[in-house]
Amino acid sequence: MTTLSTERHEEEAPRASGEEPRPAEAHGAEHEHAHANPVKVWAILCVLLVVSVVGPMAEIRIVTLITAFGIAGVKAYLVAKHFLHLGAERRYIAYALAVSVAFMVLLFAGVAPDVMEHHGRNWKNVAAAKEVERALHEAASDEH
Amino acid sequence: MKPIATTRSATGIPTGRLAVWWLIASEIVIFGGLLASYVMHRIGHAEFGDYAAHTNTWAGALNTLVLLTSSLSAVLAHEAAEKRDGPRAARMLLFTILGGAVFLVVKGFEWTTEIRHGFTITTNMFWSFYYTAAGLHALHVIAGMIAMAFVARGALANRELQRVELVGNYWHFVDIVWIFLFPLLYIAK
Repeated sequence: MTTLSTERHEEEAPRASGEEPRPAEAHGAEHEHAHANPVKVWAILCVLLVVSVVGPMAEIRIVTLITAFGIAGVKAYLVAKHFLHLGAERRYIAYALAVSVAFMVLLFAGVAPDVMEHHGRNWKNVAAAKEVERALHEAASDEH
Repeated sequence: MKPIATTRSATGIPTGRLAVWWLIASEIVIFGGLLASYVMHRIGHAEFGDYAAHTNTWAGALNTLVLLTSSLSAVLAHEAAEKRDGPRAARMLLFTILGGAVFLVVKGFEWTTEIRHGFTITTNMFWSFYYTAAGLHALHVIAGMIAMAFVARGALANRELQRVELVGNYWHFVDIVWIFLFPLLYIAK
């Protein structure tokens, strides 16, 4: 057990009591997949957490984006793969979850242009622009 | 007679587990919509960076560590359940519940400090997002703790051990949501 994926289960562990044995077809994916050592995955997640806190202290925009948000993606992937065992689940579950994520992207794509920008070719969001101006002015005067 | 969720697997997945995946898929839409809205407002409102400077990064980091650790104990509970070791599974679930309690205590201290400094849910849009997102997440933590307490009670008597995995899957999802909330609310300043 020296790496994350060396522990291959030749036989699946006995089913927890109370549940009927799954059909052979359903067992297939789980039968073959490798379980990572959860303690090692946790240790890696802790190291990534430290990096995601320390990285942004450099106050360099690109470093912050990579260390905070890039690493969040990696951490989420590790949890989904090794704790949720998503990779060992039947494929259509991943598709169902992907559809949910697609809805989120659709929402963002549809609404973001009107929220992120405060003016366009034929429109202007006066209230939002004023609020940003007011808040930044207030923050600047607080600093003085 | 056992409930149908533990005996039926017409889709190739036991119905109980399928239901948890279905729950997670719907939760992705809920939290995803909230987080997507936050991101677009964060980009459109430069002042959010100044407001976020008042959040406590160390408290957020500590809570991330607590949730990651509680996820580990949830996985260990699942492993114990697969070995039909109900008492150990129950102990691991109790440890996970303890993690949830620590998370809520830290959040309580954090919110108390922020509210004392005058940052409430009505202060401005950033704080509205902050309390809504973190509050909704905290409600999910509480729900998970309650569900886990019921499952642990059964596990202690070696009953319905398949539920240990199901409640663990829900907990890991709650952990993943926090993994994204942490940089958005505490680090992007």
